[in-house]
Amino acid sequence: MQALAPEPAAIAQPTPQRLAFSGCWTARGIGAIEHRLESLRVAATTIADATGIAALDTAGAWLLQKLLLRLRAAGSAVTLEGLRPDFAKLLDTVAQYVTDQPVPAPIPPTTAFERVGRSTAAAGEQAVALLSFVGESAIALARCVAHPARFRWRPILYNIRCAGFDALPIVGLLSFLLGVVVAYQGAGQLRQYGANIFVADLIGLSMLREFAPLITAIIIAGRSGSAYAAQIGTMSVTEEIDAMRTLGIAPLELLVLPKIIALLLALPLLTVFADVLGVIGGMIMAHAQLGIGYGEFLDRLVKAVSVTDYLIGVCKAPVFAGIIAVVGCFQGFRTQGGADSVGRQTTRSVVQSIFLVIVADALFSIAFSALDI
Amino acid sequence: MPDSAVIEISKVSTRFGEHVVHAELDLEVRRGEIFALVGGSGSGKSTLLREMILLQRPDSGSIRVLGVDLRDIADDAAMSLRRHWGVMFQHGGLFGSLTVLENVGLPLREHSRLDDKLIDEIAAWKLAMTGLEPEVGAQYPAELSGGMMKRASLARALALDPELLFLDEPTAGLDPNSAGEIDQLVRKLRDQFGLSIVMITHDLDLLWQVTDRVAVLAEGKVQGVGSMAELSTLDNPAIRQFFAGPRGRAAREQAEKRSETGSP
Repeated sequence: MQALAPEPAAIAQPTPQRLAFSGCWTARGIGAIEHRLESLRVAATTIADATGIAALDTAGAWLLQKLLLRLRAAGSAVTLEGLRPDFAKLLDTVAQYVTDQPVPAPIPPTTAFERVGRSTAAAGEQAVALLSFVGESAIALARCVAHPARFRWRPILYNIRCAGFDALPIVGLLSFLLGVVVAYQGAGQLRQYGANIFVADLIGLSMLREFAPLITAIIIAGRSGSAYAAQIGTMSVTEEIDAMRTLGIAPLELLVLPKIIALLLALPLLTVFADVLGVIGGMIMAHAQLGIGYGEFLDRLVKAVSVTDYLIGVCKAPVFAGIIAVVGCFQGFRTQGGADSVGRQTTRSVVQSIFLVIVADALFSIAFSALDI
Repeated sequence: MPDSAVIEISKVSTRFGEHVVHAELDLEVRRGEIFALVGGSGSGKSTLLREMILLQRPDSGSIRVLGVDLRDIADDAAMSLRRHWGVMFQHGGLFGSLTVLENVGLPLREHSRLDDKLIDEIAAWKLAMTGLEPEVGAQYPAELSGGMMKRASLARALALDPELLFLDEPTAGLDPNSAGEIDQLVRKLRDQFGLSIVMITHDLDLLWQVTDRVAVLAEGKVQGVGSMAELSTLDNPAIRQFFAGPRGRAAREQAEKRSETGSP
């Protein structure tokens, strides 16, 4: 074994006609002299003395061979002397390769214009692919509805547990806190007008119509949508999806439909749960900040919030569920290559599903105000 | 030290729960030889290899690699040892986020202070050394075929000019043609750079034509060590398994035919 810290390579030029190499010409030893070699100038006939070279590896041999080539190309006749026979053999191996090495064609740098064009084309291609994935899933769903025996109940129930039941604590906690925050912010304003009791209107309408469906969808997009993308992505990297296809099992039926159906059922239920916890949070805060009794709060809530308001909130949930499940699975199927790609597609699935959920929510708001409900 | 041992394993025992993988196993690999570990599945070859390259520790016994005892090895000694060996993993172990050229240059980038341009040149040479086209350098591992992946992985293992090379199933999953090329490559590396090579393989052609010595592992012990010709005369049932059967005979006949005609 070599010593831990090798003696670095060195090059000396006692006279213009003489070069002396010494030290360890190895990957770790040549770092110090690499830049000096570029500016090295020698006389027309030069003797290079390599007796001092203590170690030579392929990196060192490469550097030495390149130096000799450059000097010789510049018109100097350089003779190498005193190189150990085994090192000489290595240098010959390098020489053989260096001479017949093809010059790689330079890759032209991309312009900003080209990059914009490419990313636009990629975004367009992705939108079309998403649309065709939605279509394929719809066809698979229609086929299953026509033959209900093809529904796979076990994965559906499993997904309801994973995406629905297991998410209860986090959804409950966050919507409770959201109710607390909304009541706390509203209390200060309402107190100024002596309109304390209207905190029930504020909590009821905002939680039931907007906040509960939205916060639930965002939590589930981060929690389950990402899991769908990562699972399907990993399966396609390990060729499990291909195996499924060759075994005559449609991946859409086994992997995608159960997730979509499970989320379509679970998300509205989670939204109702979030409604309840959000209102409880607001109620507790109203009691603490404004001194409104629980009975009084509930009386006002029933008067202020109609069944329509409640249903508007809950009916958004299946739409959000569809977006989350479809985008998650779609991004999973687009995984190509290795572990890196799984990470990238998972990130995309979360970003895109949250983006689309909020866009859909905005469209709902416009539609409902146009319909006057 | 031409005849000294690069790896000395003595009385190594390994257990996974109740399952005994190695029971006081002894083994020696000499400098400059091509050494193969064979054995059925679960005979502990991979575990032994992992123990030699510091990925796993035996429960007892000592392993010395390049003269360094692996038990209680200090961090910087382990680091210096790692620079003196190269490992080619069965599935390549190439980093999916880097191109092939970057993969091969990575050890140089980590362990030396060389210029990026020089590192790329050396990496391209290593690729050429393993028989890959220069264009492959710009590709990502996911785009490679199985044989190219093995070659790229070998090029990365060679990046720091190791004295000792570990190959895990170098020809598994390759077509006979690519496997044959790997055979020649392994021999060429040993002859050109004086490497010591330790490999795990089931490839009988590779065993007959390339290896100097082979150790057969079974029941936690080395059942026999020697050249393939020596092993084939032994009467141990665990060893006989490898030579009996049509595949074993065919590989042997081919190897004998080759040595008669005198071609390598």
